[in-house]
Parts: sequence; C-alpha cells; structure tokens
Amino acid sequence: MNQWKNFTKGFIQENPILVLLLGTCPTLAVTTSGINGIGMGLATTFVLVGSNTVVSLIKSTIPDKVRIPAFIVVIASFVTIVQLVMQAYTPTLYDTLGIFIPLIVVNCIVLGRAEAFASKQSVLSSAIDGLGMGFGFTMALFLMGSVREALGNGSFLGNKFIEGDGVLLFILSPGAFLTLGYFIALMNRIKKSI
Amino acid sequence: MEYIVIIISAILVSNIVLAQFLGICPFLGVSTKVSTALGMSAAVVFVITLATMVTWLVNEYVLVPLDITFLQTISFILIIAFLVQMVEIILKKISPPLYQALGIYLPLITTNCAVLGVALLVQAKSYNLLESVVYGASIATGFGFAMLIFSGIREHLELMGTPKGLKGIPIALITAGILSLAFMGFSGLVK
Repeated sequence: MNQWKNFTKGFIQENPILVLLLGTCPTLAVTTSGINGIGMGLATTFVLVGSNTVVSLIKSTIPDKVRIPAFIVVIASFVTIVQLVMQAYTPTLYDTLGIFIPLIVVNCIVLGRAEAFASKQSVLSSAIDGLGMGFGFTMALFLMGSVREALGNGSFLGNKFIEGDGVLLFILSPGAFLTLGYFIALMNRIKKSI
Repeated sequence: MEYIVIIISAILVSNIVLAQFLGICPFLGVSTKVSTALGMSAAVVFVITLATMVTWLVNEYVLVPLDITFLQTISFILIIAFLVQMVEIILKKISPPLYQALGIYLPLITTNCAVLGVALLVQAKSYNLLESVVYGASIATGFGFAMLIFSGIREHLELMGTPKGLKGIPIALITAGILSLAFMGFSGLVK
C-alpha cells in the first residue's frame, strides 16, 4: 500500500472527528483553547501509534474470540503510560484535561483503528496509520480549540488580540456543540467540492 | 440533605451529556427514536449504578491496600467489560423479556465513556460507597433524561425543512447545543 496515502487519509477524507465522527466526547470537552486541543491530540496520537504497533505485532498470537479484551488491555497500558508521563512533566495540562486522559481508553478511534486496521495490516502500515489518524485528530482538535478560544476569549494560543471578554458562550458547553455542528457542516461542503 | 444536593447537581446542573460531555456517542447514535432512547437509557442506568458500586469496592479493598492505584484505568475498564457481559448472561437467564428490551444496547455500553467516566469521577470526588452509588444512579438518570428530551426533539426535526448542508449530524449537534444552553439555566441551583 502507498504509505504516503496511508498517512494522509486521516487528514481530510477519513478525518476521525469531522468525517468518521469518532471520539466526540474528548473533542467537545477539551477544546476550550488551542493548546488544550494540541495536548489532547498528541496524547491520543501517542496511544494510537503505540496500540496500533503492538496490536499489529501480536495479531497472529491472539485467539479471535478474546481479541477485543486483549486490544483494550494493550490500549489501557499505553494510556496509563501517557497518564504517568503527563502527570510528571506537564502537570498543569494534566489537570486541565482531567479525566479525559484516562478516558482515551474508551475513545472509539483507538479501538476502531486497532480492530479495523492494525489487526489486519503490517506493523509499519499500522504505525503510519496511527500517526496519520492521530494527526488528523490533533488537527481537528486544534482548529476547534482555536476557533472556540478566539470567539470566546478573544485570544489565539493564549495571546489576547482584543480587549475584554469575547462571546463567553463559545467557551462554555453549548459552544462546543454549536462549533462542532458547524464544523461538520463545513466539512461536508468541503468534501463535496473535492 | 447532601444526597439531595448530589442528585440535583448530577441530573440537572452538571448533566453528564450536556455539561460534562460523556456518553456523546450513544447520545447522538441511538437518539433518533424515543423508544430506542428509552431502552438505551434503562440499560445505562442499570450498568452505571452497578459498575460504580463494583469499581468503588475494588478500588477500596484491592487497589488501595496493594498500593497499585496506577492500575485504576486498566482494572476499571476490564471490570466494566466483564460486568456488561455478566449482566447480559444473567438477564438472558432470569428475565428474558427484560433481555429482549435491553439486549441489543448492552454490548454498546462497554465503550460508553460515561460508565468509565463516572467510575473515575467518583474517585476524584472521594465519595463514600453510598454517595458513589447515589451519584452513579443520578448521573445515569440525567443521561436518560437528556436522551429522552433529545430524541423527542429529533423525531420532530426529521419532518422539518432543514438546510441541506446541516441535515443529519450537524443539526443534531446544534440542537444539543441549544439544549445544553437551556440546561445552563439550572446552574444556580446548587453551589
């Protein structure tokens, strides 16, 4: 398989959030600022690459019947690694993201890629697939976070560009639903014109 | 009194779907009809209450004494997966009609992040056993409540002339946004 195509398919055509609609919970919850979006995205990317690689390595040794629990254990191990590393090196980000770090375990993207892709493909393809999907996820989170931060707080990556507050609604929970709704509508439009 | 505060805040003020963003997948996925929403909510109430109780006990009497709380995530998700399977088997045996009603929703619940979310939230809030169970049951009721309202709206939405680009998921999300705005009105209820 063409590895470059494998890498870039997660960006637009199969973007996990905007097209496949997987992993909506963290998307809505952590995108209150651009930085949070990047942090969550990178954490998920690490888990995706790790779990895809390991699942692909052990795919022939796992009996078919217990494959889902086995995948979940692999994923949960990587999530625990991320959790401990973030707690040690980026404690403020860890506190902001809160329970959404351990909840990467139940993020449908990770299990979805393990089941749909890594359990059938070679190790290299799986790792690249994880990386591409992770980037697509991070990109979408960053875009959403930036838009919400710009509208709600009048800042970009923490740098204020207007005086006073923005439209606070966009930082609060309704803004998350509204922003994602319009993003997906926009994405449908873009996909149609490609 | 404190239990009333827990119940009101879990159902209305910090509604699990509309304010804490957990369990969005089933919220969007099975909310197109009121009847399926009702089935899903019942299954969720059942599993969350049970899972909260079991994970609390395991954490208190296994993980903490052995000093292996860093295994929380792994052990909780395995317990939940195991519980869901067991509930399914037991229901099939003892109450076939209930199994008929809830059966198809049960396997979906393992990946419902609300279940793991509540188990972890309870730890973060350091509730005792009774408080945890009350909290779990209320959170699940809140989930069902939001689900029912939302599915009712979506049934009507089907018949409306939605702009082409917004059809389906986008309009559902925008509706959820407005619903979430309405729920924000409750935020003054509990400090």
